[in-house]
Amino acid sequence: MSADTTATGSTAAISPVESVSVFDVDHPAPLIEPPRKRTAKTPKATRGNFEMAAWLFMRLSGVVLVVLVIGHLLIQLVLDGGVARIGFAFVAGRWASPWWQTWDLLMLWLAMLHGGNGMRTIINDYAERANTRLWLKGLLYTATVFTILLGTLVIFTFDPNIR
Amino acid sequence: MATPLLDKVEDEAAASPYITVTLRIRRFNPEISDEARWEDFSIEIDPKERVLDALHKIKWDVDGSLTFRRSCAHGICGSDAMRINGKNRLACKTLIKDITSFDRKTGATKPITVEAIKGLTVLKDLVVDMEPFFQAYRDVMPFLVTTGNEPTRERLQSAEDRERFDDTTKCILCAACTSSCPVFWNDGQYFGPAAIVNAHRFIFDSRDEAGEQRLEILNDKDGVWRCRTTFNCTDACPRGIEVTKAIQEVKRALITRRF
Repeated sequence: MSADTTATGSTAAISPVESVSVFDVDHPAPLIEPPRKRTAKTPKATRGNFEMAAWLFMRLSGVVLVVLVIGHLLIQLVLDGGVARIGFAFVAGRWASPWWQTWDLLMLWLAMLHGGNGMRTIINDYAERANTRLWLKGLLYTATVFTILLGTLVIFTFDPNIR
Repeated sequence: MATPLLDKVEDEAAASPYITVTLRIRRFNPEISDEARWEDFSIEIDPKERVLDALHKIKWDVDGSLTFRRSCAHGICGSDAMRINGKNRLACKTLIKDITSFDRKTGATKPITVEAIKGLTVLKDLVVDMEPFFQAYRDVMPFLVTTGNEPTRERLQSAEDRERFDDTTKCILCAACTSSCPVFWNDGQYFGPAAIVNAHRFIFDSRDEAGEQRLEILNDKDGVWRCRTTFNCTDACPRGIEVTKAIQEVKRALITRRF
């Protein structure tokens, strides 16, 4: 080892940020706790398979959605004239067939639940305060349920002779 | 092989192996300030030495107030995990030459940043409060659980059965993996990779009988399902444990157990 060592920083261990420090041995600065530390007050873990079911659902629905969504996009936007032919009549014609009703219904439910669950994990990962999490998730669940119900209602009660 | 020539030996002795490196260390002392700050130390060091040697040199010769943990200093005890150049490593296993890069214009060495591992409370300089980490470790019951009478001889196990969990026996509990996990950074309630690795070590041990219980613990909302498979833990592990793979194996065990 070389004995030749020099410090380029200040010589004091840590100089006070501004003039005289308000902290000393008897009054140390508050330490920054990591977010959502596990403490004695943390509620006991809930035993159940919900997280596993959600994890599995994400994988399975993802595989199904690849087929459903790519098929949907091809039909709507690319094949047979593409986006130009889409109109009320086109939709009415498609929804006359139970096959496309089922396709769209499945796509609606899977996409909303898949996306909703993804958003739920993101909120769980990033929202640090319990209240923020509660509100964000409340908003998310409301929006998800509303969209699913509205979409389902439209698919089942669609009337081509509405005019 | 060849007989060393005298003049060559002299040449080598004349050329100094030492280089000047700057260690940029994140200092924090709650008795002086509530803010952490970076401090630069320029030292001359043999590039074949380790970051821990550089820290020793600073602590012993330059600034005795520099605080860090180390015990065995040879990559076994797992005390000196720290964030070196933005990556979690053991200071005692990281050679200066492997992390030193030279500035293309001036030819000087670029500073090496050293800071405490993330996601745990910094107590002073590079020392963090490891209690939440060990709490998660204790939660997965890292000990052999059996029923029935104790055998008079060893509990025998085939070589294949031993091989099944060999990778996860290497853990030294340095917290490099857990403190490299972005989920753990944001939520200290997540068990973290290290606890799951140590659960894996017993779950897949043929002699152990509490695998079901450990799987149940890791099945909860702060268990394995929070893993986002970012592979930070596998990259960080100084023992080369395939941490993410171990977590995936626990997930698979949970699913195959249910269905």
